[in-house]
Amino acid sequence: MTYIRTHREEVSIAAALIVLASVLAIAAPGYFARENLSDLLLGNIPVLVIALGMTLVIVAGQIDISVGSNFAICSVAAGFLAKAGLPLPAAALGACVIGGGLGAVNGALVGYLGIPSIVVTLASMVALRDALRWQTQGAWVQDLPINFQWFGFSQSSYPTVVILTTTFLVVFFAWGMRKLAAGRAVYATGSHPEGARLAGIDTSLVVFCVFLVAGLLTGFAAVLNSVRFNQIPSNGGLGLEMKVIAGVVVGGAAITGGVGTIAGSVLGVVLLGAIGPALTFLGVSAYWERAIQGGIILAAVINYARSTAGNR
Amino acid sequence: MLLEAKSITKSFAGVQALKAVSFDLCPGEVHALVGENGAGKTTLIKVMTGAERPDSGSLFVCGRPVPHNDPRISRSLGIAAIYQQPALFPHLTVSENIALALESHAFWRLINWKERYGRAKELLSRISASIDPDRIASTLTMPEQQLVEIAKATGRDAKILIMDEPTASLTSREVDNLFGVIRLLRSQGVGIIYISHRLEEILSIADRITVLRDGEAIATKVKGEVNRQQLIQMIVGRELAGIFPERNAPPGEVVLELRNFGNRARGLHDISFAVKAGEILGISGLVGAGRTELAETIFGLTPADSGEILLRGSPVQIASGSDAIRLGIGYLPEDRRQHGVILTMPMLVNTSIAKLSAVSRNGVIDASKERHLAETYVELLNIKAASVDADLETLSGGNQQKVALARWLAIEPTVLILDEPTQGVDIGSKAEIHRLMADLAERGVAIIMVSSDLAEILGMSDRIAVMHAGTIAGLLSREEANQHRVLSLAFGEQ
Repeated sequence: MTYIRTHREEVSIAAALIVLASVLAIAAPGYFARENLSDLLLGNIPVLVIALGMTLVIVAGQIDISVGSNFAICSVAAGFLAKAGLPLPAAALGACVIGGGLGAVNGALVGYLGIPSIVVTLASMVALRDALRWQTQGAWVQDLPINFQWFGFSQSSYPTVVILTTTFLVVFFAWGMRKLAAGRAVYATGSHPEGARLAGIDTSLVVFCVFLVAGLLTGFAAVLNSVRFNQIPSNGGLGLEMKVIAGVVVGGAAITGGVGTIAGSVLGVVLLGAIGPALTFLGVSAYWERAIQGGIILAAVINYARSTAGNR
Repeated sequence: MLLEAKSITKSFAGVQALKAVSFDLCPGEVHALVGENGAGKTTLIKVMTGAERPDSGSLFVCGRPVPHNDPRISRSLGIAAIYQQPALFPHLTVSENIALALESHAFWRLINWKERYGRAKELLSRISASIDPDRIASTLTMPEQQLVEIAKATGRDAKILIMDEPTASLTSREVDNLFGVIRLLRSQGVGIIYISHRLEEILSIADRITVLRDGEAIATKVKGEVNRQQLIQMIVGRELAGIFPERNAPPGEVVLELRNFGNRARGLHDISFAVKAGEILGISGLVGAGRTELAETIFGLTPADSGEILLRGSPVQIASGSDAIRLGIGYLPEDRRQHGVILTMPMLVNTSIAKLSAVSRNGVIDASKERHLAETYVELLNIKAASVDADLETLSGGNQQKVALARWLAIEPTVLILDEPTQGVDIGSKAEIHRLMADLAERGVAIIMVSSDLAEILGMSDRIAVMHAGTIAGLLSREEANQHRVLSLAFGEQ
């Protein structure tokens, strides 16, 4: 009982997922076909990976709306690095470093100069996307090395590799947020910045680090995504930030900081990612997808508001 | 009689803030209110401005009773208050600020900018202030902001002007200017209630002086009837209540020493003193003397910009709170709810947060160690909580304060700075916190205690550093110290 009470959001989403799965199992068993699930998974894994970083950012009381633009830059960068003849792991690492670097710039501006994160990341969202458009002149990255696709694995084994890697990341972050002193500092900073500072926590460093981590994970997500195709678009990740933030918020993270879990965010991303294709399978018009996603976000926020209202 | 308050009584949560206080004000008079921190001055003002409703007693304005005062009624009766920190809208211009106080608030009315400007200029010139009405309020200096506040009040034709510590952040020339304005208003028949800690000013500007002490009006004196010494005597004059724990162990070696320590931005300068192991050094002073600023500067929240800090004889740099914690210095902040604890997090987390390294290895928190730490302090400090997992907001004020204290005990401090450690806690917890402080001192912790409670300062401290205007006005040993000497130093006497 205590678990249900203290993990109200996670339990509600898990229940919603079970209901959805049951309805699908009866009405549209085709949804559970291996190919559909695999597609769904690969399509949503970048969202999931970035959501891990976004959870840190939101729990620390900040927001990062530049991850979509960062994602596009890292995707293109991975492609260019691979084309330049770098071994694949080096190209992947390069993309992560670029992502981390861009995240670090956001983090420095927010953490050390004290500029509100919504403004900083709005600026970098626009600036990065247009810088990329200007640099690439809108051209896609083509003629990628042959082994770039599927990261050198076969098309059938790649999903397993990705699932294992992502699972590792999820478990690591979930563990870290609960068990590491650093995770505790993130919660304290988001909960009450001044209180955390008076307890001797370097809140500027915490804010810097969460943006850095969000950037690194965005770079990694870009690599995981790019290798699925034989060309890389120069306008990738459009609207990605909203998908990620929606998943994290549905997962019970408070946009005001201090509250949120990795498990909740994972469930939130899975629920929002699963619902769209489910509609198609259930014969509902795809036009309803966004409306229903919006409804879920609203329901999650109301659920959260009611659960905190009960504590006062 | 412009204003008359008759036997006003008011209590907060069982504490009597005002006990049958009577006060009156004539037109064209400056009537000063004096008393130490917590004597009831602010509460009395709040009753007059309608911010607080008295439990009993009555208020008359111009001879007519005001049975149900509230801020709107008080304003319409011509009562205006100006506080130490002016409350202007920082992003609006002077004329807009004045207009907001004066104009009716119909949404559809058109704004006459020319009229606004003209009126602001007229009001400001009436108090001979040369401020451009088009300036943005945030660019004004403190005295200029006060003048705008006064212009607002005169624009409303305020007949009663309450000034709460208006000179606290002014230089002496600025004070002279302000006094010129006050005399001008007085000659126009305005009644002024003037609150200040600066006795010199009070004696020069006030026509009558009322002394408040522990919620009672002790005396009302006409100008010339009293001198400073007599005033201080009246402000203090009481036996201090309270029993404090006995301590016998003599202090050990010097642990922390400040030499010509200062921080310009926080108004601190030339502070020198030393604290020994096992000693409780009390820091006394009036509101605004720089006590909390000193505590925060030692702890590194606003690092010092002059002088040095020596820890066990060797100079150290403290540039942040984490530096201080590493050096074994803990700081219990003044405002518990705002800063001392994180109310939305469990007690467990609040206890370990200042030194997670004590319950973790390589950055990984050992949950059972952390729980053990919290439970140790639950027992040691007699904290009453449903469980260590309970969010801190579910605990009572006294217990929250004990958790805040537990956090700093957990770092095993060598120096512990306590800012108002018993403010707003119940009597039982207060005694427990005092006993705990004595225990800590016995075990060799050097304690710096900032307190506004004179009984606590005199009862707990081995030595007392009295602050005045950002520096140490004097250091008193336990034997030398008494209420009169502490307050004399606090009021800037030699």
